[in-house]
Amino acid sequence: MVDASPMTGTEMMVELALIVAKILAIVVPLLIAVAYATLLDRKVWAMMQLRRGPNVVGIFGLLQPFADGLKLLTKETIIPAGANKGVFLLAPVLTFTLAMIAWAVIPFGDGLVLADINVGVLYLFAISSLGVYGIIMGGWASNSRYPFLGGLRSAAQMVSYEVSIGFVIITVLLCVGSLNLNDVVKAQEHVWFAIPLFPMFVVFFISALAETNRPPFDLPEAESELVAGYQIEYSSMSFALFMLGEYANMILMSAMTAILFLGGWQPISIFGLLDWIPGPIWFLGKIFAVLFVMCWVKATVPRYRYDQLMRLGWKVFLPLSLFWVVLTAGVLVGFGWLPVKG
Amino acid sequence: MDALLKEYFPILVFIGIAGGLSIVMILASLVAGPQKPDPEKLSAYECGFDPFVDSRGRFDVRFYLVSILFIIFDLEVAFLFPWAVSLGDIGVFGFWSMMIFLGVLTVGFVYEWKKGALEWE
Repeated sequence: MVDASPMTGTEMMVELALIVAKILAIVVPLLIAVAYATLLDRKVWAMMQLRRGPNVVGIFGLLQPFADGLKLLTKETIIPAGANKGVFLLAPVLTFTLAMIAWAVIPFGDGLVLADINVGVLYLFAISSLGVYGIIMGGWASNSRYPFLGGLRSAAQMVSYEVSIGFVIITVLLCVGSLNLNDVVKAQEHVWFAIPLFPMFVVFFISALAETNRPPFDLPEAESELVAGYQIEYSSMSFALFMLGEYANMILMSAMTAILFLGGWQPISIFGLLDWIPGPIWFLGKIFAVLFVMCWVKATVPRYRYDQLMRLGWKVFLPLSLFWVVLTAGVLVGFGWLPVKG
Repeated sequence: MDALLKEYFPILVFIGIAGGLSIVMILASLVAGPQKPDPEKLSAYECGFDPFVDSRGRFDVRFYLVSILFIIFDLEVAFLFPWAVSLGDIGVFGFWSMMIFLGVLTVGFVYEWKKGALEWE
């Protein structure tokens, strides 16, 4: 469809202003959510260990994330003498930017999405694949031993688990027959994919932990051996950007879990009793639930060894998810349950 | 503006805003924070002593191997995407074609496994 009449200057400006307003409506709440995700992480971790966690700044420590942010802002930005300065500063910028722009295709409600592109799943997959560049660039550009090793480890870990994430997404796509995220959610009107594809749901969640370098897969920054991995030489805001990107990715992965397996913005249907709650609330609730489990895992599971990590990725998840792709496709074709486009 | 451009234009604006925001944040910290570099502060962190070797030395070849394996399997996934979406239209023939392709890749995967390419110690 080509627009017959060319837009006038004012129309284009209005259009652009509208897009910018929509983007800010995503970015600002997202940044606040990221700030509170750090607090949630610390609070949940503390409570599971019968500690109080941050509780001095504001009531229940509610102002703690902002205090942390301000402190980081007023610190000195150290760029090591041996570092490749351009790449060194570009790495956190890239990490942060990628963590943000993935949200452009996330449907918060029915059709409530910034860019309703028909290859949304592919876009998310591509953006999360690019995430590895920020880390490997940071590790390389620091020109220091620990960041280099941390960057290598992290890159290998992320690409290993990306393969199984890819296969898991394929199983979901087989059941949906569309790459549009809104269609993925709509296809789960009657049953969430977490139920028929339960093993893939588990594989996806664990791979998401590995993909975001969360415990028990936080080897890249294993503080007892690599001090802080690829982040060692970073300070001030360039460090904060890495941190923000990491937590934004965590929330993104929770959102992907909610969309692919937990019915996105679809309400939990108990005879239509809870249908009056709007979709975005359901979606945020599901994200929060997944996020909570991520923090819970951090508090309870010990860190994996690197060989165990690679073994789990390549020798367990990869064959299992590949087998499940074949099984799902076989069942759908065999019983004629495939979604056919009208 | 054609439809495709219209769909992707918000993403382009988003990239601009997110990138701009992060650059502003770094610049703000450069302005707000004190900048007093000295040679010790700027040296590479290595628990207090000078680095023994160049940090960009040799590293384990297995990282290289993992990345090659990743490329193979990620391409496979890229092939599977359009197949999975259109399987309803291509039916049984499409299904078996992909099974042959996956079978060939599985043979390669088994070979890697037996050769010990997936072993870490």
